[in-house]
Amino acid sequence: MFKYISQRILYMLLVFLIITCMCFILIRMLPPTILPPGDPHAAIIEARREALGYNKPYMVQFGIFLKNVVTKFDWGVSDVLYSGQNVTDIFFSKVPATVIVNFYSIILSIPLGIGLGIFAALKKNTWIDYTISTLTMVVISVPNFVYAFLIQYFLSYKLGWFPFLMKPGTDWFSPAMFVSMLPAVLSLSFSVIAGFTRTTRAELTEVLTSEFMLLARTKGLTKAQATVRHALKNCLVVVVPAIFGQFIGVLGGSLIIEKIFAIPGVGGLTLAAINAQDYPIFMLVTCFYTAIGLAASLVVDISYGFIDPRIRMGSKK
Amino acid sequence: MMNNKEFEHIPQEKFKFVQMDAHLHDQKFETKARSFFADAMLRFSKNKSSVVAAWILLFLIIFAIVAPVITPYQITDKDKRYTNAPAYVHGISKLGLGIMDGGVKRPSLNEASVNALKGIAQETGYDPIIKVLGTTSTTVKERGQLVTKYYHTLNVNYYYEKGIVYSVFSHDEFERIQAWQDETGIQVIYPYVDEAIADGNANIWYEVDSKGAAKLDKDGNFVPVYSTNKAIEGSPYHSQRIPGDNGDYIYSVSKSGSVQCRVNYYNYYWYLNGHEPMYVFGTNTMGQDLFTAIGIGARFSLLFALVVSVINLTIGAVYGAVQGYYGGWVDMFLDRICDILSGIPFIVVATLFQLHLAQKVGIVPSFLFAFVLTGWIGMAALTRKQFYRFKSQEFVMAARTLGASDSRLMFKHIFPNAIGTIITSCALIIPGTINSETSMTYLGIVNLTDFAGTTIGTLLSQGNAAVVQAPHALFWPSLFIALLMICFNLFGNGLRDAFNPSTRGVED
Repeated sequence: MFKYISQRILYMLLVFLIITCMCFILIRMLPPTILPPGDPHAAIIEARREALGYNKPYMVQFGIFLKNVVTKFDWGVSDVLYSGQNVTDIFFSKVPATVIVNFYSIILSIPLGIGLGIFAALKKNTWIDYTISTLTMVVISVPNFVYAFLIQYFLSYKLGWFPFLMKPGTDWFSPAMFVSMLPAVLSLSFSVIAGFTRTTRAELTEVLTSEFMLLARTKGLTKAQATVRHALKNCLVVVVPAIFGQFIGVLGGSLIIEKIFAIPGVGGLTLAAINAQDYPIFMLVTCFYTAIGLAASLVVDISYGFIDPRIRMGSKK
Repeated sequence: MMNNKEFEHIPQEKFKFVQMDAHLHDQKFETKARSFFADAMLRFSKNKSSVVAAWILLFLIIFAIVAPVITPYQITDKDKRYTNAPAYVHGISKLGLGIMDGGVKRPSLNEASVNALKGIAQETGYDPIIKVLGTTSTTVKERGQLVTKYYHTLNVNYYYEKGIVYSVFSHDEFERIQAWQDETGIQVIYPYVDEAIADGNANIWYEVDSKGAAKLDKDGNFVPVYSTNKAIEGSPYHSQRIPGDNGDYIYSVSKSGSVQCRVNYYNYYWYLNGHEPMYVFGTNTMGQDLFTAIGIGARFSLLFALVVSVINLTIGAVYGAVQGYYGGWVDMFLDRICDILSGIPFIVVATLFQLHLAQKVGIVPSFLFAFVLTGWIGMAALTRKQFYRFKSQEFVMAARTLGASDSRLMFKHIFPNAIGTIITSCALIIPGTINSETSMTYLGIVNLTDFAGTTIGTLLSQGNAAVVQAPHALFWPSLFIALLMICFNLFGNGLRDAFNPSTRGVED
């Protein structure tokens, strides 16, 4: 198992390095942002650019970049957006909003999604199951910005339950902040709930028809006991990795939802960096999104191995 | 070997035909042979939700093709005054059904505001008040006296409410409008009112008090104050005059080489466009007809997604075929490339392509490349799986024994077996592409308005900015994209179930 995990991690690191290198070179190939005339930070930025080897070959530039990142965790300074400020500081000031909003949505989605999935599976081929399955299908298909529009118009504007946009400020855990986050949390949750419901239902219906369930009933367990102790455990083999994957994906957040509700998060920073062509910030968010994507698939793979010994065994070959 | 000898030299008469007569005892199938596709279609048609989805999908596609053709508007038509306007079709509004009547709710209007609307109605002949929804009265103390004030909530026709506006024309244009008036009998230009009275509000044509509220005479009628000052008249007027005008009223004033006049905007619109306003879905913030805009955006989205999925399917199928057929280190090497490409976030790909290529090859091709760069990976993985399943089967071995080349084996023998999977994934790639395309244009990372006119994402973004004033401008594009997504996914799932051999014979 240890060998398997370390192999996977090493491989992921390699892929990450290659992607970073590609993106880095592609970004550096673009003409550097022209600074506005009379910019007070121009001297600093020019000096930084010289130190980063802007006139040297790309691989040398990449070497300098890597060295800075690895030794000092220095991702450079912002060009235009936050002239002269340290990119890492800007970035980390944006992370909490994204993470908290998405974390709430996952916390809301897990019990609802799994509960609905179990319910549908237990009532298989009844109208309850059909309703839940059809709704799940519909909810998954609709893009989540449509929910955001609906929630913003009806709950925030017509009923006035929530503010239109997220409250500015950094008091992440105050009640007012929580209320202002709710529209975004809800709009994110719909598709996540539907996803969990679908996975749980599909898995559980399959497990419920397997032979060991019959055996469990034969040896005298009640239906509830058999379902909870045997069926649910097996169905979690698939559901838990999906949850882990979601958790990592949480960090990435949703660009559109962040834009609609003006969440001061990573998505907003990404958009601003793209529009202003602030390459150091863009480089950092690129690495961030890449790392999240890779980490999510890594965690899913490894958690499969942890939860289900059969998969672990298979990996040794 | 020894035993075999016994069978040598068998006399000829011992051989006997199993069957001599031409008639076969096996019965020929009476029923028509059913192909794989017919079989799949049969199973598909049993899935009711998918069939409904397919019909809605067809309707949406027809809408996307037909809407930009049948509409009287171009996507470049942007009306400056009818912005965020509700749905209005003249013929339907006359029926009084409460739909497409251009109605907007105007809450708590005082008497003066209601009189202003009545003034518009009397002058232009178009009554903006559709219905009185409610009246509230409050009693307030004003200068020591109790005064009861009434507030009305009205359903007002947005188009008629614009009433009269000031417009500046060249002398030639002024003459053309008069000629059009003579021809059609529709009054566009209305008599001028002294600006000292009107105070910038073109809808005032009657005596007003200092606050701009109408001063009515004893019978409760408006008192017209049209200007008869010939000295300031801008251009001669010789067309039809309004009732009650004996030829004294002036219809324009001179304004730095041009003429300024009061025009009835509804009729002026008629003059400009050749027809009355006809906005089936209303207009957006830009003053574009939403019906046309959604049609144009939908047409682009569908075409784009179709092109993307065709390219991705082709690349993915060939790539997956090579991977799956050769296996071994080829497979491993190609798989690593897939891993790397699929690790790059799409937003980064789209942005980098825009920054690098948009100026060289244009925005749309570079956006297309962004989709192609990583879009084929899913398809390749599917094909690869199918190839692993089929490549060691007997029919492939038989073909190989007969000397078929690798490419013939791949595309003639194995590939047709994967066609069901491919059709299914096509139906599922398209909504994914449309979704990403809409997101990217919504976020403004790519701007396709110059090329496509508009896109659903752009419409959503404009609608979201004006959600309070004009919820319909957000509703229609959202409804379209939501319906499209649901139907494509239901349709795709139906296809998958129909083509998936593992559900063959299972009826539940």
